[in-house]
Amino acid sequence: MNPQSRPNVGIPRRDVIAHTAALLATAVFGAWPRRADGATGDSAAQSLHPITLRFWLVGHEAEVIHELLPEFERRNPKIKVAIQHLPWTAAHEKLLTAFAGDALPDLCQLGNTWVPEFSALNALEPLDARIAASQVIRAEDYFSGIWDTNRVDGVVRGVPWYVDTRLLFYRRDLLAHAGFDHAPSDWNEWARMLGVIKARAGSERYAILFPLNEFEPLLALALQQPEPLLRDGGRYGGFSGDGFRRALTFYVEIFAKGWAPLMSNTQISNVWTEFGRGLFSFYVSGPWNIEEFKRRLPPELKHAWMTAPLPGPHGPGASIAGGASLAVFRSSRHKDAAWRLIEYLAEPAVQLRFHALTGDLPPRRSAWLDTRLASDQHAAAFREQLERVKPTPKVPEWERIANEMQTIAELVVHGRFSVDAGTIELDRRVDAILEKRRWMLARRNSA
Amino acid sequence: MNARLAAWGFVAPAVVVITVFFLLPVAGALVLSFTDFDLYALADMRNLRFVGLANYLHLLATPLFWQALGNTLYFVLVGVPLSIGVSLGAALLLNSRLARASAFFRTALFAPVVTTLVAVATIWQYLFHTRYGLLNYTLGMVHVSPVDWLGDPHWAMPTIILFAIWKNFGYNMVILMAGLQAIPRELYEAARIDGASSFRQFIHVGLPMLGPTLSLVSILTMAGYFQLFAEPYVMTQGGPQQSTLSVLYFMYNEGFKWWNLGAASAVAFLLFGLIFLCTGALLRLTRVHGAT
Repeated sequence: MNPQSRPNVGIPRRDVIAHTAALLATAVFGAWPRRADGATGDSAAQSLHPITLRFWLVGHEAEVIHELLPEFERRNPKIKVAIQHLPWTAAHEKLLTAFAGDALPDLCQLGNTWVPEFSALNALEPLDARIAASQVIRAEDYFSGIWDTNRVDGVVRGVPWYVDTRLLFYRRDLLAHAGFDHAPSDWNEWARMLGVIKARAGSERYAILFPLNEFEPLLALALQQPEPLLRDGGRYGGFSGDGFRRALTFYVEIFAKGWAPLMSNTQISNVWTEFGRGLFSFYVSGPWNIEEFKRRLPPELKHAWMTAPLPGPHGPGASIAGGASLAVFRSSRHKDAAWRLIEYLAEPAVQLRFHALTGDLPPRRSAWLDTRLASDQHAAAFREQLERVKPTPKVPEWERIANEMQTIAELVVHGRFSVDAGTIELDRRVDAILEKRRWMLARRNSA
Repeated sequence: MNARLAAWGFVAPAVVVITVFFLLPVAGALVLSFTDFDLYALADMRNLRFVGLANYLHLLATPLFWQALGNTLYFVLVGVPLSIGVSLGAALLLNSRLARASAFFRTALFAPVVTTLVAVATIWQYLFHTRYGLLNYTLGMVHVSPVDWLGDPHWAMPTIILFAIWKNFGYNMVILMAGLQAIPRELYEAARIDGASSFRQFIHVGLPMLGPTLSLVSILTMAGYFQLFAEPYVMTQGGPQQSTLSVLYFMYNEGFKWWNLGAASAVAFLLFGLIFLCTGALLRLTRVHGAT
């Protein structure tokens, strides 16, 4: 799967088209604003002419980046940064379309599960040499699970920008009423608490919320298992193995015992209000909800909730290594300038300003030494969890596989499949999705 | 000979445009549907395989495709008759001698057709909001408990149908009004002299004379309704529980979400075949009906 080692005989057709188009445009307009694929390095950063970096950002981050850029442009007067704001719902399609149309920007905020996909397209610049030479970015300062998401087949293709993982949000007061003075640390303790809380809550209320249309809670439980989710180098699904079966059994039990409601996110109009009302005492969610709960819960509940690392099968468990990275596209003409911007955004001081603006958690341990972040009691659980995060399987098909996983899980929860039959069906579907990948790997090995 | 050449000269621009922008892409898509063109092929054309009919066979074995087909048929079978019924009703009202300010109402009823779908869909989302929507507020005043219009799998499709009818009926209404106005007054007069009630006048004079217009309108509407996409894309994203996922939406997901352009092209051709068959059947029906 290393695109670097792929022999490159013949010119791909789209390059021919791109070059022909560029040639035509040059003939007609006298100049073509950008070179096609294969352009290396750039001296523009040092040259006299100012350059414009095209930087695509997704979601809320795009709205606050304006606060951070003036300092970068002051330090690098020759570099201007042009921002384009993409919504999360359309970003993935837009990036793939831009790749097909040869219109990618210089650098981009990339969800770190997308890195394998764009690596398979050979669209991302390898960054190992630049990282080795960097004064700012040191791999060992980053949480290793997060850093690992950007390493595809041994080549680093992105630098983590902010992290996202899932852990427990819980109602401290409701746990105390049920006789528990601390958050659960393993599945057994968690299950015991869920049972007691549900018994006290009655039929209208529940112990925990696992929205049925979200795959993240089940994925986190599955990543806690020692067995990998895909077997044989990502060639086959490993879902009918013991590890995933244990995770799914626990997940399904939570619904079967009535501890969690059979609800999807769309049926709960407002999770924050319902959490405040005590519809559920546990909720597995990510760092953005720290701010949301602080802002949306009534003042009398200010101290009633807390975060805790995710319980594992035997003691504190792993969770998902999520978040977004910054990556440079191979087609960029301004890779040096783009790298400078990535380095600037990776500086711990800039990361802390970024955290203050967005609530996004920094991926570097040194940024967490700052007193403001270190003393934030709700963030502390994330600091602990980040040492125990695992990347999802790094195959381009992963998002589709995760969707299938949740589809099957929902069917098992509704009783349409048993756990065993469900995992076998899931493996069948996943093997079909991975068929092309197996064919390509076999072909490369025989070549 | 000269005349033939001149004729070709006149149609050539149109033929060239249709060939370049329609026939060639369609032929390209047909070829694509026999391949497994995907993300890997996008990166390197050597990763492209010809798979024959495998895309089509795989689709027919995909439960989600059948669900999407079922949803689309639901939308067409309920939506098209209702839509034409509403259009006809509005056209009859506006065409009536008793109608006041018919120019104003004609414009007002046609307005939804020319508004931007995304903008009005967003407004409808507010109207249909479970807790803060005007509709549930109104229902609440007559003590009907709130309905989760767009979040309940049973209600989402009816809501989408309602929205689509509201958005589209004005267009057919205008065509049907033109059809009604083309019916000679003498025919109604003759029927009236024979003592026919206004209902019987409509059944025996208006409706048969409107036949060709109605069949045109129903064919256009059906072909359009089979291509349901924008409404669920904006309002429900195909949910809840895939109850508003249409065939076109399924194709969009295959093509642009998962980037399986080969499979997506196969969906497109299956949908094309279906629309072709249904339109043919409808045409045949109206011809047989018209002949008797």
